[in-house]
Amino acid sequence: MADGPILAARSITKRFGSRVACRAVSFDLWPGEVLGVVGESGSGKTTLLNCLAGRLLPDEGSVGYETASMGTVDVHGLSEARRRLLARTEWGFVNQDAREGLRMAVSAGGNIGERLMAIGARHYGNIRQTAADWLGRGEIDLDRLDDRPTTYSGGMRQRLQIARNLVSEPRLVFMDEPTGGLDVSVQARILDLLRSLVDRMHLSAVLVTHDLGVARLLTHRLMVMQGGSVVEHGLTDQVLDDPHHAYTQMLVASILPV
Amino acid sequence: MNAMLPVLRVSGLNKSFVMHAQGDLALKVLNDVALSVAPGECLALVGPSGSGKSTLLRSLYGNYRPQSGSIRIRHRDSHGEGWVELVGAEPRVTLEVRRRTMGFVSQFLRVIPRVAALDVVAEPALRLGASLEEARRRAEFLLGALGIPERLWPLPPATFSGGEQQRVNIARSLITNYPVLLLDEPTASLDADNRNHVVELIRHRRDAGAAIVGIFHDTVVRDALATRLHNVVLPGAQA
Repeated sequence: MADGPILAARSITKRFGSRVACRAVSFDLWPGEVLGVVGESGSGKTTLLNCLAGRLLPDEGSVGYETASMGTVDVHGLSEARRRLLARTEWGFVNQDAREGLRMAVSAGGNIGERLMAIGARHYGNIRQTAADWLGRGEIDLDRLDDRPTTYSGGMRQRLQIARNLVSEPRLVFMDEPTGGLDVSVQARILDLLRSLVDRMHLSAVLVTHDLGVARLLTHRLMVMQGGSVVEHGLTDQVLDDPHHAYTQMLVASILPV
Repeated sequence: MNAMLPVLRVSGLNKSFVMHAQGDLALKVLNDVALSVAPGECLALVGPSGSGKSTLLRSLYGNYRPQSGSIRIRHRDSHGEGWVELVGAEPRVTLEVRRRTMGFVSQFLRVIPRVAALDVVAEPALRLGASLEEARRRAEFLLGALGIPERLWPLPPATFSGGEQQRVNIARSLITNYPVLLLDEPTASLDADNRNHVVELIRHRRDAGAAIVGIFHDTVVRDALATRLHNVVLPGAQA
C-alpha cells in the first residue's frame, strides 16, 4: 500500500450564479481504489468530477494530485499547459458521450495511437500493433481499425473511447456515466471491459453514475450526493446494503428488482 | 484446543436500523453482543428467524455498520501481524482484511455479467497474487470437488440453478485459505450429496485451523461442523 492518497479533494465548492452545484466536498482517493459518486440528475456529481479533473475551477477548495514523479501538485494551481500534459499522460477521462472523448474525424487506430504518441511512442509499427491489441480487448473487429468512429455504433464508440483512455496506462481515470444511454447488453460488455482493466491495471478511478448496479459492480467506495452535498459515504456494499441516510435509503429502495 | 488464542474478538456490539421512510422507526437488533473465536473453532449462531443472526454475521464482515462496540480481527500483511478494528474502519482497511483474512459465503451468488464460473472462482486467488494458471487450477479442483459439471465451467453462472450458483459461491470463498470464514447458510439450497461435499470441505478448513462463524439451519450440517453454539436473541425478546 502506498504512503498517501493519489487524489485529495478538500472542501470543493462550485456555484453557478446563486445556485450551489457542489458544496464542501472532501475525500481522499487511495491508489487502486475506485470511488463511485452516485445521486440523481442535478445532484452535482458531474460538476464535482469536472472540478476534480481540472475542467472546472471551483469557487472554493483545492484538489491535490500525487504525480508519478514530481510530488504532489495543486490541480488548479497548474498552468493550463501542464494540466493538459497531465491529462494526456497520467490521467484518463471517459465521457458519457463518446463523441466528446474521441476525435471523430480520425480513424479508430489513430484515436488510440494519438494517446501513445502523447507519452512518447514513435515507432509506427508498434503503435499500430498496440492499437490493434486494444481494439481486440474492446471486442472490436480488427478490420475496423482504419474506420472512423463516425461509422461505429454507440457501444463500439464507448469501448473505443475506453481503449483510447487506457492504452497509455494512466494512473487515474475519471469516468462520467460510462454506460449511460446504452442498451443493457452493450452496457454489460463495457462493464466487463472496465472491470477487468481496473483490476488488472490497478487503476485509481472516480466514477460518476446514477446506476447503483454499475456502482456495485465497479466501485470499492461510494459517495452519495444530494443537492450538491455528500450525504453518505462508505464501502460500496455498506452503503447499498445498510444505507443510513434517508436519501440513500430512498435511492436503494427505488432499484427495480430483476 | 484451549491453547489457541482467539483471532476474532467482538465486544459491546450494538446495531440498530433506522428506517427514515417509516417515520425514523428504529429497530434495535444487536445489543451488547460479545463473542470470540479461535483457530479450529466453528461457532454456530443459533436463534429463531429474525433474531439477528444474519445481521451479526454481516456486521462481522463489515457489510453492516454497527453504531458502537468493537470487532477486532488478527490480520497479517506484508508489515506483519496485528489486531485490526473493523467498527468504523476506513473502507480500504476493511477491503484489505477481506482480501487476505476474512471470507464470507452468502446464500446467494452476486453474479457478474459475462464472467465464466471458473474465473468467478479464480478471482480472489488472482487478487492475492496467484498466477492465472495456478488460480484456474485451484478453481477447477474446487468446482470438481463440489460437483459442478465441467461443461458449466466456461459459462457465466447467471443461468445456473440456485444450488449450482451456491456451490460456485462456496468455491470462490474457499479458493484462498482465509484464517476467518463467515458462513451464512452455506448449504441452504443443496441436495444431500452436494451438502455432504460442502460439509467435508468446510470441516477440512476448520481442522486445518480456520476460525469459523456460521448460520446453519440444517441440524445435520450444524452437528457436523459446530464446535460451540452462540445464542442470538433479539433485544427485548425473552431469552
